[in-house]
Amino acid sequence: MAVMAESVAAQVKRSSLWTRAFESRNFLGAMFMVPAIAILILFLAYPLALGFWLGLTDTKIGGAGRYIGFQNFVSLAKDSVFWLSVFNTIFYTVTASVVKFAVGLYLALLLNERLPFKSMIRAIVLLPFVVPTVLSAIAFWWIYDSQFSIISWVLIKAGLITRYIDFLGDPWNARWSVVAANIWRGVPFVAITLLAGLQTISPSLYEAANLDGATNLQRFRHITLPMLSPIIAVVMTFSVLMTFTDFQLIYTITRGGPINSTHLMATLSFQRAITGGNLGEGAAISNAMIPFLVAAILLSFFGLQRSRWQQGGRD
Amino acid sequence: MSDFDRRSVLKAGLGGAALLAGPGIVPVRAAGWTNVPEPNASIRVLRWKQFIQAEFDKFAEQTKKFSEKTGVKVKLEAESWEDIRPKAAVAANVGAGPDLIIGTLDDPHKFPEKLIDMTDVADYLGAQYGGWYPVAEKYGKKGKSWIAIPQGATGGCLNYRVSHMKAAGFEQFPKDTAGFLKLCQALKKNNTPAGFALGHATGDANGWCQWALWSHGGKVVNEKNEVVIDSPETIAALEYVKQLYETFIPGVLSWNDSNNNKAFLNGELSLTLNGISIWTVGKNSTDPKQQEIAKDMDHAPMPIGPVGVPTEQQNVLVAYGYKHSKYPKAVKEYIKFMWDKENYDAWEVASNGYVSPPLPAYNDNPVWTSDPKITPYRDCLKRCRDNGFAGDLGYASAAVMGDFVVVDMFAEAASGSATPKQAAARAAERAKRYYQV
Repeated sequence: MAVMAESVAAQVKRSSLWTRAFESRNFLGAMFMVPAIAILILFLAYPLALGFWLGLTDTKIGGAGRYIGFQNFVSLAKDSVFWLSVFNTIFYTVTASVVKFAVGLYLALLLNERLPFKSMIRAIVLLPFVVPTVLSAIAFWWIYDSQFSIISWVLIKAGLITRYIDFLGDPWNARWSVVAANIWRGVPFVAITLLAGLQTISPSLYEAANLDGATNLQRFRHITLPMLSPIIAVVMTFSVLMTFTDFQLIYTITRGGPINSTHLMATLSFQRAITGGNLGEGAAISNAMIPFLVAAILLSFFGLQRSRWQQGGRD
Repeated sequence: MSDFDRRSVLKAGLGGAALLAGPGIVPVRAAGWTNVPEPNASIRVLRWKQFIQAEFDKFAEQTKKFSEKTGVKVKLEAESWEDIRPKAAVAANVGAGPDLIIGTLDDPHKFPEKLIDMTDVADYLGAQYGGWYPVAEKYGKKGKSWIAIPQGATGGCLNYRVSHMKAAGFEQFPKDTAGFLKLCQALKKNNTPAGFALGHATGDANGWCQWALWSHGGKVVNEKNEVVIDSPETIAALEYVKQLYETFIPGVLSWNDSNNNKAFLNGELSLTLNGISIWTVGKNSTDPKQQEIAKDMDHAPMPIGPVGVPTEQQNVLVAYGYKHSKYPKAVKEYIKFMWDKENYDAWEVASNGYVSPPLPAYNDNPVWTSDPKITPYRDCLKRCRDNGFAGDLGYASAAVMGDFVVVDMFAEAASGSATPKQAAARAAERAKRYYQV
């Protein structure tokens, strides 16, 4: 009997501990956060930390590697191909992002108007984003082919050129060609997201502006743009991040050629780490992307989320 | 029986076998094989993806036969040969994945300590069939141990249009680099140009660029693994390729491994470096134009340069098993079975000469003489050097090739974006980053 009483007492004590714990907001809050924290640590923090650590080692594929401090970065600083990839990445990101924003905003404004077959046009605009990247990259590879390019073929048939354009064989042609492919793929994301933002702007603002005799440009400058800027900040941050870290388009279309003129930091990192076997150096190249990415994020957020400017005032 | 004992027996057997083996004669069984696969073994094999379906079907059929004979279950998978490299690396890194990989070149030399010692299999096959080609041995061995078993090479030869060559004033395909340049110039003049990939084409571009470098006496490293690419011989090779480039079809700087196939089969290209695949596709095509091209084309080895010996670089295939495998004996048994002449021969026939053999004894396969157009592919391993020449195979050789150091050097010099001297100096600087580690 004594044993039974003791176990009942212990059970009561335990249950009361559980009950109290589950009644505590702090405990429950912490418990609910555990899965999210675990996922973040496992899939984000750990790979990021491991990547950072690898960049400080001379790890080769299949080998353990040892800590070498910043030697990989010192070595990369003397590597002309690395600096070329930095230039290519910045060029690729800046040109593609600017055009994607301009075309995306134009399309969003257009699709926000009353158009016949509006839903269908919106679905069509989304198509490039829906097609798997590798498939669209292969399509562009054919479009840019030095012997079978449909663009060259049409231009020759039209009598505008006499020989096929060397889209991917000339360094600058190749750079612009991959930028164009990236723009084609990235515009729908920008356009559709900005369209969603446009639809949240209250029509009463435009009506008031109309009554005040505002021109189209003034309405755009003083209503649309400020109201849209938080969305622009988010969409352009994502767009810049995705462009800066692009891999599939380049790897499928040019593999970084000709003469490394389209190598981005991501493709060079893969080439050095996996194809070449130098995991440490590949990780160091990936790590070298972080400052650029952080700068891009800060620029987008602090540059475009200026609250006073959004409210129509000056900075 | 220990390895030492068995090898002693093998060596003794080899002496007798060598006496019996004449040209084209396979020696009688000279080596014993005592390996017994683990009970209830099951292995995962990852190999390069087939280009010729009949080849893979035969490989799968032989694999099934192996399973029936030994009871070892085999899961056979195939990936594009360029995709095998990262997968092999990851398997080595994480200690999990396929038990056996049939991949390419110096991959096993990047993680030799993760691989099963295959010395007994290599000794058995070598003794049984009269020895390996020296380049096969270089790819298979690390120090005194074999870490991989060479499967052959998806060989590359010059593919050319016979009628275009004759129209250019050549009755025979030139055998030296000087004649080769003249042919390319004449082809260009007739508007039937040659074309060789100078983009980041792992197989084709590395193949012909290394040939151009070696044929003029240049090399990335010497026997001591010291970078010596910035040399007068390299400059001579760059000057030579600069002249060749002027005769090429436009766009080669962007070419990957498949561009030349497309252009050749479309009749726009008269001379290129490729496997036997262009001819095979053309021959089996339903398109009369492609059939006509196949009839009009032939194959030739790469010309010999000032060094006076063949200097080809081929896509050598190597099979390597991982120590993480629970069934290393089953892995060895599988290789032994698939490489045994009877099985290898049947597979080679199905592949129609797609893989150049690693053992000279396999050259007597009738497939090599079934059509004179196939014969040049038979001796690819005889004519080739390893991609780490003249140094060791390993991380550095793989990294230099993976980073396209030699290809970029030729592309820079040929396109005029750098002088030959500048291109060679830059290549040396890039190669040193790997060889100095």
